[in-house]
Amino acid sequence: MRLILLSALTCAATGALAQGQLNIYNWGNYTSPELIEKFEAETGIDVTITDYDSNDTALAKVEAGGHGFDIVVPTHSVLPVWIEKGLLQKPGIPQMENYGNIAERWRTIEWDPGREWSVPWLWGTTGVAVNTAVYDGDINTSAIWLDPPEALAGKVNVVPEMEDVINLALLYVGSKPCTSDREKLRAARDVLAAAKPHWMSMDYGMTEKLGNGDVPASVNWNGSTFRARAQNSDVAYGYPKEGYVVWMDNAALLADARNVEEAKAFLNFIMDPENAAMISSFARYANGIEGSEQYLPEDMRTAPEIVVPEELRDAGVFSLACPDEINEFYTAIWTELQK
Amino acid sequence: MTDRAAPTPAERSGARSGWLLSAPALLLLAIGATGPLLVIVVYAFLEKGSYSGVQWAFSTEAWFQVLFERDIFDDTVTLADAHLTILWRSVKLSLATTALAFLLGLPTAWFIATRPPECRAVWLFLVTIPFWTNLLIRTFAIMEVIRNGGILNSALMGLGLIETPIQILYTDAAVLIGMVYVYLPLMVLPLYAAVERFDMRLLEAAHDLYASRWQALRRVVLPVIRPGIVAGSILVFVPSLGAYVTPRLLGGGKNMMIGNFIELQFGQGRNWPLGAALSLILLLVVLCALVLLTRLTQREAEE
Repeated sequence: MRLILLSALTCAATGALAQGQLNIYNWGNYTSPELIEKFEAETGIDVTITDYDSNDTALAKVEAGGHGFDIVVPTHSVLPVWIEKGLLQKPGIPQMENYGNIAERWRTIEWDPGREWSVPWLWGTTGVAVNTAVYDGDINTSAIWLDPPEALAGKVNVVPEMEDVINLALLYVGSKPCTSDREKLRAARDVLAAAKPHWMSMDYGMTEKLGNGDVPASVNWNGSTFRARAQNSDVAYGYPKEGYVVWMDNAALLADARNVEEAKAFLNFIMDPENAAMISSFARYANGIEGSEQYLPEDMRTAPEIVVPEELRDAGVFSLACPDEINEFYTAIWTELQK
Repeated sequence: MTDRAAPTPAERSGARSGWLLSAPALLLLAIGATGPLLVIVVYAFLEKGSYSGVQWAFSTEAWFQVLFERDIFDDTVTLADAHLTILWRSVKLSLATTALAFLLGLPTAWFIATRPPECRAVWLFLVTIPFWTNLLIRTFAIMEVIRNGGILNSALMGLGLIETPIQILYTDAAVLIGMVYVYLPLMVLPLYAAVERFDMRLLEAAHDLYASRWQALRRVVLPVIRPGIVAGSILVFVPSLGAYVTPRLLGGGKNMMIGNFIELQFGQGRNWPLGAALSLILLLVVLCALVLLTRLTQREAEE
């Protein structure tokens, strides 16, 4: 007992001696513990991680103030909102030592031109996951959930992410995300309404439910599907040819961060290929750092969930958060769908 | 009305210290209950902010949106039937939960109240055990029991009673099972308190007067324990109405309850004023239900 007490005291003492603190506010189950251990060992900075479950939660909490966080990891679609609301500050990323490691594709981007505000964390796609033991037809289509084949009728799950779901439906009817074309919006709504009777649920947690066979097909994220396949080799990921959603989460420095220098050190740290690979191998999504492939485990380098097939690459669509007036259409469609 | 004698100084000081002693609790209630409520009332009359929050400008738009919807395609204004459908679904579910909890709770309460006094504490203790665990964890536990590859279906299949799993998870039945399970103790405890005070001699008298078991229950037992029934029903109905986690997880989220709908407005819907207005509507429904129930008991008491 005395020993435990003593070691607890020593712990507290080293904590107090550490150079600084860093508070990271990130998506749940998304930050590699090895990465944090390595960062702490190298810099002596004490890292605290707090989880959030949606961009809206993160935005509301940070906007309310008094949060004490230094780094946040918003999705690309809402990053411009964070910037516009003055919640972020420029950490001087282009001047950082590891800036050159950001892959060309992820440096010239619409939502943060020149990477002034944010550093790539992970990127992925929203497509469909199918248990091929239940259905072995073509899975590279949104028809899996918008016009389900016989074998999947009544068994499909749709993740309740309003923007992703309506964007996919708009792409399916030949339009694009955030369109203001009411005819297309109506077509998307009709397709969704007609498909809903064939759905079993609108729920999260598909990594487990695809893995244990409870759900044979779902709108899902690629990394989650990858993890599900580790439990059940019949699970496969499809990239809808009508269009699928591509997204990237980005680490950014909060305007009211208290530990600015520590945060900058961390942002530079995660642009190192070896460290970026640690983030990827934990969360099972690709990162945007050149040269990190060589540090990835073999199964990730070749995973069909990570490597987009050449012929389907162009079907991937980046979308920013829709303007408020379009979001009203989205909410109306969503309410109609779930009423 | 009887004339009361003027309070003696001792009585007055007793009353004063009574107020003083309850002041911390009253203050906590005032700040904790009234404060957030005021924020909600204010927000319901503001304009929505861009992407989140509110703009400090007076507006009744949110209330318009509660009742009416402007068709997004041709701008015609109609009664918001989606909102009514969602609200009605919540009310229906809460009523069903309350009824089922009562049907299960009364025999349980009766059973406990008729045990020897020294055993009752043990039974009551057993009833409160579910409160030891977080609601979310208990809901996940139910999921584990009723899901297709879960305990119930595997057991039934193992026994050869069914060939393919019964789809219980993600159905209305699953939501009802979950809600009744969660709120049952809240029905049992007040019922027990009422049944325990019930004078069993009344039952004997009823039987002596040739009342059947059903008549005795309906004409003697139920009227006497009515306060317990009302208290239990309120305790079950009110939280059921705003239930969020259970319908979301067990119902599969295909159909929204009012709680989920309010959450949508504060989250992906980016319409805080509407969310606030809907919360007040929910409050109003609860208030109506409470008034109705209290009226019911009062009338019975007067009769």
